[in-house]
This record gives sequence, C-alpha cells and structure tokens, in this order.
Amino acid sequence: MKGIVTVLGKDSVGIIAKICSYMSDKNVNVLDIAQTIIDGYFNMMMIVDLNGSAAPLASMASELETLGRDIGVVVRLQHEDIFNAMHRI
Amino acid sequence: MITINEANETIRMISEANLDVRTITMGINLLDCADSDCEAFCRKIYDKITRRAERLSRVGEDIAKEYGVPVINKRISVTPIAIAAAGCRKCDYAEIARALDRAADAVGVNFIGGFSALLQKGITPEDLALLDSIPPALAGTERVCSSLNLGSTRSGINVDAVNISARAIKDIASMTGDRDSVGCAKFVVFCNAVEDNPFMAGAFHGVGEGESAINVGVSGPGVVKRAIEAARGADFETLCETVKRTAFKITRVGQLVAQEASRRLGVPFGVIDLSLAPTPAIGDSIAEILREMGLEQPGAPGSTAAIAILNDNVKKGGVMASSYVGGLSGAFIPVSEDHGMIEAVRAGALTMEKLEAMTCVCSVGIDMAAIPGDTPVDTISGIILDEMAIGMINGKTTAVRIIPVAGKSVGDTAYFGGLLGEAPVMAVNGFGCSTFVRRGGRIPAPIHSFRN
Repeated sequence: MKGIVTVLGKDSVGIIAKICSYMSDKNVNVLDIAQTIIDGYFNMMMIVDLNGSAAPLASMASELETLGRDIGVVVRLQHEDIFNAMHRI
Repeated sequence: MITINEANETIRMISEANLDVRTITMGINLLDCADSDCEAFCRKIYDKITRRAERLSRVGEDIAKEYGVPVINKRISVTPIAIAAAGCRKCDYAEIARALDRAADAVGVNFIGGFSALLQKGITPEDLALLDSIPPALAGTERVCSSLNLGSTRSGINVDAVNISARAIKDIASMTGDRDSVGCAKFVVFCNAVEDNPFMAGAFHGVGEGESAINVGVSGPGVVKRAIEAARGADFETLCETVKRTAFKITRVGQLVAQEASRRLGVPFGVIDLSLAPTPAIGDSIAEILREMGLEQPGAPGSTAAIAILNDNVKKGGVMASSYVGGLSGAFIPVSEDHGMIEAVRAGALTMEKLEAMTCVCSVGIDMAAIPGDTPVDTISGIILDEMAIGMINGKTTAVRIIPVAGKSVGDTAYFGGLLGEAPVMAVNGFGCSTFVRRGGRIPAPIHSFRN
C-alpha cells in the first residue's frame, strides 16, 4: 500500500528532514519526492511505501498532522487511491 | 505516478471547496423480521439493524481518516415498514418507530429512513394504520424519517393518498409546533420514488433490493462552483464540459469510498447517487453555482436552464465514473439547507412557482421550503399534486418536503438547526383548489406509461 504525503506552509529549515526522520522511525520507505516553492510557500509531495510499517495509516496521518503543526506547516498523509481514483481512468 | 499538481488539486477540493462524501447509507431488508406479535417484531428489527450496522459508523470514520476525505453522515434505510410490519396482528406503529429510533441511536447514525408506504395505486389497511401513526411517530422520535410514494409514471397518482399526506403534514407541523414544525423535515412524499436512494428523508430499502446494500451519496457543490470560476465568460460548451469533468472527479471519490465501505463491511455495493447536495455552509451551495454561471439570484429568468445544465452534466460526468449509478442523482435545491437559496427568497427572487419550475429539470422537488402555518390542507394537497404531476408526466422522481411552520407567516424565519438550516417563510398562492383536490380517487397513468 502506498501513501501520499503532502506538505504546505511557510518555508523553513528542516521540514523535509523532520518528516523523513518520522518516516524512518516508522519504517516507511520514501519512493519519490517532488517539491516547489510558490510565493514563498513550501509545497512538497512524497510518495511512500507503507507496507513495511506496522503503524496503521490513520494513526500516522494524525501524528504527521501534529508534527506539521509543531513546525508551522500542514502535513497530510492519505491513501494513494483517492488520487488515483480522481486522476487516472 | 501522481504529480504534485494533481495531488494539490485533490487537496484543494477537500480543504477549500468542501468536497465530501455526504452519506454512506446501509440498506437493510426487514422482511424476515415479520411476526404476528408486534413486540417480537420490534425486538427482531432492533436486533437485526444493530447487528448489521454495528460497524457502519466506525468504518465510515476509518475510511475518512485513511483517504483524507470527510464522510459526513452514516445512515440506515430499511424495508418500508408498512410492508415489513404487515404480518403483525395488532400493530403499534409508533412503538415500531421508537424501536427504529433506538436502533439508530445504538449504532450512532443520525437518521434511519423507511417508516414508509408505497401508495401509488392503492392503500392497504396496514398502509392506513401507518399513515395514522406518522405524526405521533415523527414527533416522538429523533432519527426516524418517513416517506410515501403517492404516484408513478406506471400507475398514475393516488389523490386520496395525496390528501391524507397533506393532512399528515399539517398534523406533524402542529405536533412539533414548539420547534418550528421541524418534524416535517423528516417527512417526504414522492412520485416515482427510487428504491436505492441514500439521501434522507426519502431513503428506504426497496423490496426489489437484496438483503443489504451500501449506497453512497457524493457531494461537492463547492467544487463545481470553484471549477466554473475558471470558465467565466466562456460559452455554454465550455461551461458544460467544466461541470462534467468536475462531476467525474467527484464521483470517482464516491465510487472509491463505496467500494471500500462495501468491502470492509462485507455488504454488497449498491449505487452511487450523483446528487449535488448543499449544506448551510458558505461555499457548499447550489445557489452559488447558479450565481457563478451568471444569474444575479436563483429564481431570476434563466434559472431553470441553469439547473438543467448543472443536472445534466453532473450525470454525464458521473455516469462514466461509477459502475452503478442510481438513487436520485441530480442537483438538490433544498431551500433551508442552502444559504444562497435562503438569500434569494429573502430578496424576493425565488418564489414557490419558480422553485416548482426548477424541479421539472432537477432532482428532486420542492424541498425544505417553509410556508405559512395557516396554509389550508387543500392548498398543500394542490402543491403536492402539481409536483406529482411533474414527476408522472416526465417520468422522473419528484418530491415534496414542505414545512407549514406553526404560528409563522411570510416574513418570519423558521429555525431547524444543524444541517437542516433555517428557512424564510415563503408565500403560497392564496387562490383555492379545494373542489379540485377533493374529487379524490386516482389520476390514471399517462399515455406514455404504455410502453409494452
């Protein structure tokens, strides 16, 4: 099962580092990262492999949300199927 | 692989444009609960509903968290009670309503639909007993919704049932008069009622359905509005294409959620209902879409065309996105649940007559419209009869969910609270129709019903 992590917020030092170290703690493999800066706002998307992790997706999603709040960005983790359903026929 | 722009588009739909799954409704067959003893019947239906739907709320919440899309309501529809309870020798329908209410409460759903009867061609003694009990049943329960089918393209319109329904609406209004007659919000009458509608108050689990089914209602007026902002000034072809593409994306989310809910609950997937349903929240309104299309207010000339375009293109986009489409599938225009419609009524732009015209081309009918508390029963019959005729002749579902607000008149506002919103009391044509509606009997089926 793959998840998609999106991050949106004010750019600052260490955003990717903090999220990646959380992923590493949970044994989640990062497959792909894309990022842009729009009007000074940091915008990142990660595709992650959740198969190696014992933690349920929903609990990781809420922990990432909290982690994001601490560093001043909005972090979401969602099952990739919602994006596939909407954008792929 | 999904691109960052695609991911952003989905997230913006959810976080900024109120994309959500409006309801996961579990249909449950109650025919096997038949018992000659009414108490035993109540016990059986309570047990069956709570057993079948035990995990419904939990599964809905889990899916919402994992996919990051809100699932607003979890609901239950059951076999029309007039049929399911027909075997009871001495039936206390109000007690059955209370059993349904307790079951809904126990599994944490906010509405349970199916306190219903199918009367399009005739009324059985059991139907009659259920009809008598509707006002006290709705006044005495919180979550139970009641619906009646009064006509169909195949059978014509049962005018006797229309007159009984109008009386029931007045009685419900007076029995819940201390709460702005809110009981009427839980009662709807149909022409061509559908058996797999997931939306309340009209959901019931038809007798042609299986043991159980998961039906999902998607929504996203805000997403459509946001999308057509990009088509300002463009011609109708572009406008229609934009609505269609957006409806496709919205429906795909619904399909995903429905399949996932069906898998997790071990209940077959029934249908996706493509209806665009507003809520009182800003940015979740059908009226805002009509304004974005270029109308000053809903109700202005052009409104019927605008709703027709919206309705048709939601279907065109949605049908390809789902393997099974059903239910009501169209745009809802409930007055009290859409802040833009409320504003249009207050501004004098939207009248009952224009609302009725708009229901000719959209689902479902005159919905959540407040009218003066002293509106005569026969006038309510006339309003219902008009709406049923639209449905019968055009081969579509139409409905009336109207609230004659006890003690209030034009200029006042009825407050229902929560998703039901508030409604300015609308003027009703004061000319009489008593002699017409009191003819009673049945209106024969229209000529185009003879398709065999």
